[in-house]
Amino acid sequence: MADLIKTNRRDFLKIAGTAAGGLFIGFYWSGCDSPKMQVLSDDEVLAQAHNFNAFLSISPSGDVVIYSPNPELGQNIKTSFPMVVAEELDADWEKVRVFQANLDNDKFDRQLTGGSGAMPHSWERLRKAGATARHLLLVAAASQLEVDMDELATEKGEVIHKKSGKKIAYGDLVADASQLEAPEDVSLKHHKDFKIIGTPVKNVDNKAMFTGKPLFGLDFYREGMVNAMIQRPPFGMKIKSVDDSEAKKVPGVTDVVTFNNNVAIVGNTTWPLLKAKKLLKVTYEPDGTVESTEDHDRLFVELMDKGKAQVMRKDGNVDQAFSKAAKVVSAEYQCPFLSHSPMEPQNFFAHVKGDKVELVGPTQTPDRARMETAQLLDIPTENVSVEITRLGGGFGRRLRADFVVEAAELSKILNKPVKVTWSREDDMTGGAYRPAVRYKFQAALDEEGNMIGYKLRGVGINAGNTTRENNFPSGSVDNLLIESVNHSSPITTNAWRAPITNFLAYAEQSFIDEVALAVDKDPVKFRLELLDRAKNNPVGEIHYDVDRMKTVVETAAEKSNWGKDANVMQGFSVYFSHRSYVAQVANIEMENNQPVLKKITAVTDCGIVVNPTGANQQVRGGIVDGMGHAMFTNMTFKDGLPTQKNFDTYRLIRMKEVPEVDVHFIDNGIDPTGLGEPALPPTGGAIANAIYKATGKRLRSQPFIEQKEFSEFNLEIKRV
Amino acid sequence: MANYSLKINGETFNVDVEEDTPLLWVLRDHLGLVGTKYSCGIAQCGACTVHLNGEATFSCTLPVSSVGSDEVTTIEGLSKEGDHPVQKAWNEVDVAQCGYCQAGQIMNAAALLKKNPSPSMQEIEDTMNKNLCRCGTYHKIREAVALAAKNK
Repeated sequence: MADLIKTNRRDFLKIAGTAAGGLFIGFYWSGCDSPKMQVLSDDEVLAQAHNFNAFLSISPSGDVVIYSPNPELGQNIKTSFPMVVAEELDADWEKVRVFQANLDNDKFDRQLTGGSGAMPHSWERLRKAGATARHLLLVAAASQLEVDMDELATEKGEVIHKKSGKKIAYGDLVADASQLEAPEDVSLKHHKDFKIIGTPVKNVDNKAMFTGKPLFGLDFYREGMVNAMIQRPPFGMKIKSVDDSEAKKVPGVTDVVTFNNNVAIVGNTTWPLLKAKKLLKVTYEPDGTVESTEDHDRLFVELMDKGKAQVMRKDGNVDQAFSKAAKVVSAEYQCPFLSHSPMEPQNFFAHVKGDKVELVGPTQTPDRARMETAQLLDIPTENVSVEITRLGGGFGRRLRADFVVEAAELSKILNKPVKVTWSREDDMTGGAYRPAVRYKFQAALDEEGNMIGYKLRGVGINAGNTTRENNFPSGSVDNLLIESVNHSSPITTNAWRAPITNFLAYAEQSFIDEVALAVDKDPVKFRLELLDRAKNNPVGEIHYDVDRMKTVVETAAEKSNWGKDANVMQGFSVYFSHRSYVAQVANIEMENNQPVLKKITAVTDCGIVVNPTGANQQVRGGIVDGMGHAMFTNMTFKDGLPTQKNFDTYRLIRMKEVPEVDVHFIDNGIDPTGLGEPALPPTGGAIANAIYKATGKRLRSQPFIEQKEFSEFNLEIKRV
Repeated sequence: MANYSLKINGETFNVDVEEDTPLLWVLRDHLGLVGTKYSCGIAQCGACTVHLNGEATFSCTLPVSSVGSDEVTTIEGLSKEGDHPVQKAWNEVDVAQCGYCQAGQIMNAAALLKKNPSPSMQEIEDTMNKNLCRCGTYHKIREAVALAAKNK
């Protein structure tokens, strides 16, 4: 079975020679025990390769070159994208070499990493890139063998003539095949016929990563470049005075430059800059409001009570529902600001040469980096080139371009190529946080324990819309009101892995648990009742697929033996995030009268799993991330600056604090729906609900360990 | 500025740097050995881990003046072909997500196995707890250290 798909000419622009360029950092190392035969160097392969389309070239040696356009930050896209191309090409994976492509809007669409959208967006495009090349190879082979194309098959980099048993390697066909016109229509495989997709393929950068090759932005070096670090102002402040006399005395410091409310220290190496930064005396004065955490706590109370709200969604008549309710449940939840804190601090290389700019570094949005730089320098966007390095984490921080633009601005001032490095302290205090939010939930229940009314009011500090108004439980409740209040603050905020839902999911799923238990219903059954209602008789518009959500709920209950063992206290949580569905169950057991978090079971529906190893880790990593920040991490502000400036006080989860995680996927053949974020949102709720079951303590704020209720028991975390 | 003769990965390097320069920055900025990573700069995360006479050491807070004639090993020198048992296990288990912390993780694990070739899970966790991984690859790190110990 094959699906016929129309090709889009724009996807198949021919590239002259091998001009795709890029940072040639791809490595060839499938495993130490079975080293790949590497006859030709990367440069040799690239020089010989015949181009088929933006993604794909093949050399006469049979080596297949695949360009991965999207930034790689740990979501494994640099391995999974090429897998999809190679699948439809019927390539021999052992002969595939992967290269990171530079920013190129002519060749690629949506060259960014965010919103768990890369695979859903590019899935068909990648398949067609492989399938059209395969088609051309078949045409060339039919002509060489003087047989009908229908008599030919492909397997592992060879065209096979079934009747005669003759085989021709792709490499022997590329000279002819690459000259042919790409077809208008092309057949794609049925997912049941996949040979590479769905198999565990190792990360293509393993050898480079595990032997210390220069992969990351911070590793970039250019002859003649200078290094710089920048002292940025607290939020809401501007520079009053700068005394750089002591900083300038540090050997190795060549320059101190004040620009745009920043003070840059320049030198040839990094250590003198770190030293000089501590000796720099900058005083600041307010430039508008200057906020601290106590201001935010006060604002949360005031704005929850009488802040001007935007109505996000209104179904039925909530006032009526609440006035006739047999029971009303109400609770408030709060979360702090969080820093993204990727292990690689922000950094970027910029070289402004007249009206042209070269940018190199770790960015999730190379196109935004280009546009903002062009805007700042008032030059055409095509004058700005962006080379994408590997990213040492992103989590949303690298969606912004502030760290790119300042490097370009400094390069222009210095008239030199410059690499700006943020110290860890700069990274943590330099902004764009997960916003702090407070929620108030209210549920109205009738005599039978049905939820007849639901109200959610969110107050956020620079959070935009604090709600996801068309997500669950919307659609399952007759009378519903969802409102959001925003406070504009000088403290910058930004998308943080699973924006808004990284906290909303915990609050909502904890509250749903509170409601279920208030009417003596099993939390899983209660959720399924709501989903049945949304399925059979939905109220208003809903943006989630009820059947997919129900399936993960039921499967998670089954895989975790929900409610079957009285000695295991379980907490349930489910969330629709971006385009995928994840349900989780946390298991707590009592040992010596003490609750021990032992295991989290996760059931994910992200459609077709491209790479099971990568997908499994994406879920485990998301759970570790969600758990760590729910349990341990806090960020408070004093006079416009975070109190926590480094990992000694900003507590991230460590190895010993991670329980066993049991990962399952729904096998439904749906095209991939994304996995970079969806496993994170449900985790906090599953743990909090298990804690309640085990201890009777409801944790309504994060981080858990700083709550008064938490100090009344002592949760241990143990792997089985 | 002072001149230091450093033994790194079996070779001798001469550098002229300020005496308080941490070994991390000597490696990265002066010798181009960028496999050793900067992340926190205050000995909290382990991304900068190297071996000093075989012992796992945070290079971000180790002044070059205190290195003396000690043998330094970095990720680039852990093995010639990238085939140290720990590196092999890391590939086999396919540990990394973003990969930034992994050189430090590998160096810490290699030092542990040198001292204790058959560590218990508890001993693996006690040692590896020093290294942060923001992507949360802890399950795989643990699995890879155990595999390396088994395959040695």
